[in-house]
Amino acid sequence: MLRVSRRFLLGQAGAMGLALASRRSFAGPAVNLPLPGGPDARPIATDFPEKGAMILQRSRPPLLETPFEVFDQGVFTPNDRFYVRWHWAVIPTEIDVASFRLTVRGQIATPLSLSLADLLAMPRVELAAVNQCSGNSRGLFQPRVPGGQWANGAMGNALWTGVRLKDVLDKAGVKPGAVQVRLKGLDEPVVDGAPDFMKSLDLDHARDSEVMIAFGMNGKQLPLLNGFPLRLVVPGWYATYWVKMLSDIEVLDRPDDNYWTKTAYRIPDTPGADMKPGQTGVATVPISRMVPRSFITNVKAGDTLHAGAANLLRGIALGGDTGVARVDVSGDGGKTWQPATLGADQGKYGFRAWQTVLTPPQPGACTLAVRCTNDAGVVQPTAPNWNPSGFMRNVIETTQVVAA
Amino acid sequence: MFREAMLPVILAVALIAPPVVLVRSAGADSAGTNQGITLKSVSVDLPDPGRTFDGPGADAINGNCLACHSAGMVLNQPTMPKAAWQAEVEKMIHAYHAPVDPKDVAAIVDYLARTKGAP
Repeated sequence: MLRVSRRFLLGQAGAMGLALASRRSFAGPAVNLPLPGGPDARPIATDFPEKGAMILQRSRPPLLETPFEVFDQGVFTPNDRFYVRWHWAVIPTEIDVASFRLTVRGQIATPLSLSLADLLAMPRVELAAVNQCSGNSRGLFQPRVPGGQWANGAMGNALWTGVRLKDVLDKAGVKPGAVQVRLKGLDEPVVDGAPDFMKSLDLDHARDSEVMIAFGMNGKQLPLLNGFPLRLVVPGWYATYWVKMLSDIEVLDRPDDNYWTKTAYRIPDTPGADMKPGQTGVATVPISRMVPRSFITNVKAGDTLHAGAANLLRGIALGGDTGVARVDVSGDGGKTWQPATLGADQGKYGFRAWQTVLTPPQPGACTLAVRCTNDAGVVQPTAPNWNPSGFMRNVIETTQVVAA
Repeated sequence: MFREAMLPVILAVALIAPPVVLVRSAGADSAGTNQGITLKSVSVDLPDPGRTFDGPGADAINGNCLACHSAGMVLNQPTMPKAAWQAEVEKMIHAYHAPVDPKDVAAIVDYLARTKGAP
């Protein structure tokens, strides 16, 4: 049953022709990620369209991680450094803004085929929000688990501009009996019969006025690899729901049973999505809301701080599905904590900058730790969670440094 | 040593159609830029994934697995027991419809266990 799609074969033929013309070996810069047991070396790729230097996790379909130093440059992640994650390798490489259409169909009164101009004419909303892969930091899980071996850079924060999903649904007129809204982009599986990537939201969530269809990212159009021309933005929820190259909205009169909604992207139905390796009979639920995290961005493992003197520490935090209430920093591995000063509030779903001054009392090894508490009172845990998919890591991160 | 073959950047932001110029609507949020956003048609090329599996017994994995994903996805995985690699190959076949020739499954799992295996 080797039914590889025609589009794939065409793509391969094109790639082969180009490869013959200009194939070269990769011998550029590399980075070592702190992945326990390795392999830890990754090339830095600079040849993905509309992207700057990115950590190459996978060429095809692209998995590109944001180098962590980018997060020290501000709370908004530049579009050309924003991480990239695709499930299927058939990704359109040409989008014509005049002919692109977003269809709305299913349990609605009026099927729609909306042009980009139609969407641009609608009332506009703007929102800062973190987009974070469900498996961000998967490579740090112990024991290790299969999947994209990300360090902490499968996340980014952008100012998203677009229209409310609610307004588009209202334009179509949702009929009684509708229960979910299924979203699909232009990407396709390589193999016929494989499950199209689609995600669904409950109707009430889809109509909450926060879920939006974005055509702007930090004031510009989205890079193609981040979902040009339209991407769903689901504030506070993991990125699996943020469908890229959004082209089809289907209002369902039944719960979605497609693979990506029903079977994939599930977590243990336990506090912190935590379970024991090898544990069986654990009930699971679809992944949904994000949890708080925080990171030091101006000091990395192995750096030297001044003993007995003030050291500026700074970083970023996210509250998850609500805002950041406070960030605390420790210089002794979490035995004592001091509050950090928070930067400007750019909206509860975005990154929040923080900084503090830490004075290690004497020379020697020193474990820095940073901890976020969100507006719902949820605090990052001291022990890492574990599940076989490597989802939802949010343990308090530590950084080993030396005071001298 | 990375031997991943890459193409140089081939980025052509073609103006296939006249750009759609966004004009901010009345009542729009004022938190962002005021000049609006211009949407332009895009045409890009993605780099050649290049790298293949090497060493003895690589034919089956090269022949069956690279249609859907580049070799780097596998080479970047942690070491895992043979049973875990068997489960990964089965997942590719059953969940993702990978067109793997049934007679090649054992050779693929053997290759993974040999090069990426753990006790």
